[in-house]
Amino acid sequence: MSAVLQYAVQGLAAGSFYALAALGLAIIFGVLGVVNFAHGAFYMLGAVGAAVLLDTLGLSLWWALLAVPVLMFGFGVVVERLLVQWLLRLDPLYNFLLTFGLTLVLVELVKQKYGVSGLPYRLPGALQGRVDLGGVVLPRYQLFVLLASVAICVLVWLVMTRSRVGMIVRAATEKPELARALGINVGRWVTPVFGFGVALAGLAGVLAAPFRAITADMGNNFAIILFAVVVIGGLGSIVGAVIAGFLVGLVEAFGQAYAPTFAQILIFVLMALIILVRPAGLFGRKEATA
Amino acid sequence: MTSKRMWAGASAMSAVLLLGACGGGGPGGSGGDFSGGKLVLAVLNDQSGVYKDASGPNSVKAVKMAVADFQKKYGDKAVVDKIEVTSTDHQNKPDIANTKASELYERRGADVILDVPTSSAALAVANQAKKNKKLFLDVSAATTALTGAQCNKYTFQWAYNTYMLANGTGTTVTEKGGKKWNIIYPDYEFGQNMSKSFSDAVTKAGGTVQGTIPTPFPNENFATFLTKAGSTDPDVIGTMQAGGDLINLVKQFNESGLKEKGIELAVGLMLITDIHSLGVDQFADTMFTDAWYWNMDPEARAWADRFLAETGTRPTFEHAGNYSAALQYLEAVQEAGTDDADAVVAKLEGKKINDVFLRNGEVRAKDHSVVHDAYLVRVKKPSEVKEDWDYEEIVATIPAAKAFAPAEASGCTLS
Repeated sequence: MSAVLQYAVQGLAAGSFYALAALGLAIIFGVLGVVNFAHGAFYMLGAVGAAVLLDTLGLSLWWALLAVPVLMFGFGVVVERLLVQWLLRLDPLYNFLLTFGLTLVLVELVKQKYGVSGLPYRLPGALQGRVDLGGVVLPRYQLFVLLASVAICVLVWLVMTRSRVGMIVRAATEKPELARALGINVGRWVTPVFGFGVALAGLAGVLAAPFRAITADMGNNFAIILFAVVVIGGLGSIVGAVIAGFLVGLVEAFGQAYAPTFAQILIFVLMALIILVRPAGLFGRKEATA
Repeated sequence: MTSKRMWAGASAMSAVLLLGACGGGGPGGSGGDFSGGKLVLAVLNDQSGVYKDASGPNSVKAVKMAVADFQKKYGDKAVVDKIEVTSTDHQNKPDIANTKASELYERRGADVILDVPTSSAALAVANQAKKNKKLFLDVSAATTALTGAQCNKYTFQWAYNTYMLANGTGTTVTEKGGKKWNIIYPDYEFGQNMSKSFSDAVTKAGGTVQGTIPTPFPNENFATFLTKAGSTDPDVIGTMQAGGDLINLVKQFNESGLKEKGIELAVGLMLITDIHSLGVDQFADTMFTDAWYWNMDPEARAWADRFLAETGTRPTFEHAGNYSAALQYLEAVQEAGTDDADAVVAKLEGKKINDVFLRNGEVRAKDHSVVHDAYLVRVKKPSEVKEDWDYEEIVATIPAAKAFAPAEASGCTLS
């Protein structure tokens, strides 16, 4: 029993990264209609950023958690203003290809600068060690990641439901035609929303830094699973992306425990099943399937 | 284009990205047919992916160092004036390795292919070597199949193999009291071969292997695999992961609390670049088997200093292995007076060698395994590190005869 609990918490912790990053991906897709292929690369930049801040300025994880999302927000704004915005009026395929190209450029730049074998990262002392929760022993950091990401998701949800900006974003994401028909000006929120989505990917990267190998390629495999997460959650659904993120984490953990060879395939089997049974995804809107 | 098709496309394209979409092709060689009086050494390895730092472009530099040393030694007396070094990226994929090897041998006049990390890719190159009757000196791939079931007359394994790694680490750790093992391995040729070699070594030394757990490759999340491996209370968890996967696993092992429960981590294959990238503190006291260490004696150090001046970094054993393989190949060509593969093979077979890399080395005629002294090493604690890259302490030297499996056991019949 305690083993099952342990797998569950490990799955949720792994799902935290997916949930945070998929949240950013879903918001960007909702408001801009951009399938942001570079999301995996932004996640990677977040982790590399944390490692570089620690190495050059001695900034610990706590500072990185603040500084990196801010920097990534700025980077996202630059990318949107400089590149993405020019292609918004065209077929979505153009931005898809643009972000694909951007991924290759970012990955290769990081390889040129930092090599391929990765960067070291130290965890602050307060997060080292383990906690015993009634027989289930967990690394303290795993618990921290889980709580932090749940807190961030709840915070984003509050902003989405309580603030005017949030409602506009939600309206644009979930009922784009209606939002336009009501004359809501989505346009001026496009740039900050893109930046925000990028910042979330960066934040997921920072959280991953102490736990994962920090390499230029770390986002590639991550991105594949991320796309599966969004498809499972349902296109254009913000809640769906988060729930699917945690769900995929759980599937991965139990897959690893009971069918190790199939752990990764299981995620895509789940995706295929959901597309068959509910083509719009778990929480998707119907129009998206057209 | 509908959004659903976009997402399907996104998944497909990300898969392509993972597999390394950016088309192949390293720097172009001279092209054209082999012309007399020219010797072409081709380095076929990973120029951009996970093994780039361990071998990659710096192995090409190491081979060029060997050529320069050869030319300096023989000057006018060298049997060949023009020696070219070319390199190509195989992206660690067997199909690309196969095409590139055939191209190198048939169209770019390569007399020998060197390096080739990734076991499955190396097996493909060995096949091409046999077909084209040209030499292949493997340095970075570890599968024993190269000098076992799939051996051939033109293929040599220069630096190490899974038996050497498993025998050194598996036997020693078991004899020191780590009797109960669980093994985690990546589910492909190298990992399967390593898992088997380790299981054999542990059992032979009187230990038991409670379980072997295959994992996807590549993989980031090892938390559950580790929990499962630790659930049977083993003395040792053996990991056969390499490169980035190894770093992922070690980070998560250190966090998991298994260490505090008294479970030791034994690493199957580790390169000094792995220690460098993760930080010596994370690996402190880990034991593993190394084929060579840059600071193991003054001769190795002197070469490592030259390598540092050339590349700005310290060499891995794979860099030194490539230097040695290229140098000894050139020596054999010099002796044979020709680049004819059969004549060069005849000169290499049975040759006893001592150089920067090989100590008490011998090119075994029966299976073309190059046996030499191997080293059981311990990763230093941060407090013991005195200079950059000062990470390893040699605990024991495993003599050549014991480090590698006897030729009779290889199952190789050269053809």
